[in-house]
Amino acid sequence: MIDKRVASLADAVAGIEDGATVLVGGFGASGVPVELVHALLDRGTTDLTVVTNNAGSGETDVAALLRERRVRRIVCSYPRSTGSVWFEERWRAGEVELELVPQGTLSERMRAAAAGLGGFFTPTGADSRLAEGKEVRVIDGRRHVFEEPLRGDVALVKAARADRWGNLVYRTAARNFGPTMAAAAALTVVQVDEFVELGELDPEAIVTPGIFVDRVVRVGAA
Amino acid sequence: MRGLELRLDIRAVARRIARDIPDGAYVNLGIGLPTLVADCVGDDKEVVYHSESGILGMGPAPAPGEEDPELINAGKQPVTLLPGGAFFHHTDAFLMMRGGHVDVTVLGAFQVSETGDLANWATDDATHPPAVGGAMDLAVGAKRVLVLTTHTTKAGEPKLLPRCSYPLTAAGVVDRVYTDLAVLDVTPEGFRVREMVAGLTREDLQGATAARLSFTDDLGVLAP
Repeated sequence: MIDKRVASLADAVAGIEDGATVLVGGFGASGVPVELVHALLDRGTTDLTVVTNNAGSGETDVAALLRERRVRRIVCSYPRSTGSVWFEERWRAGEVELELVPQGTLSERMRAAAAGLGGFFTPTGADSRLAEGKEVRVIDGRRHVFEEPLRGDVALVKAARADRWGNLVYRTAARNFGPTMAAAAALTVVQVDEFVELGELDPEAIVTPGIFVDRVVRVGAA
Repeated sequence: MRGLELRLDIRAVARRIARDIPDGAYVNLGIGLPTLVADCVGDDKEVVYHSESGILGMGPAPAPGEEDPELINAGKQPVTLLPGGAFFHHTDAFLMMRGGHVDVTVLGAFQVSETGDLANWATDDATHPPAVGGAMDLAVGAKRVLVLTTHTTKAGEPKLLPRCSYPLTAAGVVDRVYTDLAVLDVTPEGFRVREMVAGLTREDLQGATAARLSFTDDLGVLAP
């Protein structure tokens, strides 16, 4: 019997250790697993490496982790946004290390990890300062930079619906990094709005098959 | 610098770009000024807008009160989905951008060099943390890279240069530049002016440009 559903947010983030690399889904405010990040905050986990597109804004999710000094390092494509006050404060004080990665390279590095690849060459960033210190090779007459896979100890993902096998469907653009992050981490934890019976999700429309998912938890009123 | 009083409103330049977007094209518009182009493409053309947030067939902003906070564009603004539109995950969104599947992108610029180098992601302002987003992915991956920019900075400094002084987004990628003074192709011989605003002289345009200009034989008027 497979049942990946867990009863509480605390159960969902159980066992996540200090020093973990955590992939956090979301693009802007779309698809951010806010409740899971706050469960991690409540758990007290610290010294984290957080991989996420934006570095949070306001006082919630990744911004709250930064405020509470739980983040040692952030791997990110666009940390600066409206309200990214806590990221900027911690960055200016030298309290958080930033690895800046072009957005497509960020997601492809996680895909490479998910696919068991040792990395890849891409022209994205090859002529920029973000290629400094990396191998550059000319392929088909064009400069390509070597990028390493990016694997998570944990992925925190938001989806719309799940069944007990962990099959997932998402909502509109909130899908964003979810499918890639789910496949790129040793432990994938997903928050959903709704649980459905096995067989209820259209197999033609399942976006993330349950093989990539370890725990699902329902949040909010349902 | 003479001739700057002839500058077009940037919306007029967006309308000019819209005329160069072919019917049936898959188009990604960069954050900021380039988003103006979508409002200028006429109903006679069917253009599919791509967003890095995972959307093809992106429609205009929703009516007030009908915003979906999770249905957003690259600039994090609420948008809509048109009939025939599709959602996909981020790696596929960037595969479309990086792998040459997007026909046209329109990007903003701090600087463009005469060899088509683009600087549009960072200045050397160390007081702000750097951010790159999808700028580099689009610049290297779109089949055709168009730039929409003012011809000079607010301080009057030229933006079209022999070499960029700001950090590069990508080298040798820009195909055509549309400014509030002129339309210029990037050619093996450098910037070649195709159109200028009415009343501007070649000397005026060269005076506002750090890179050396050449002019096409059939020089046109840049009209909104």
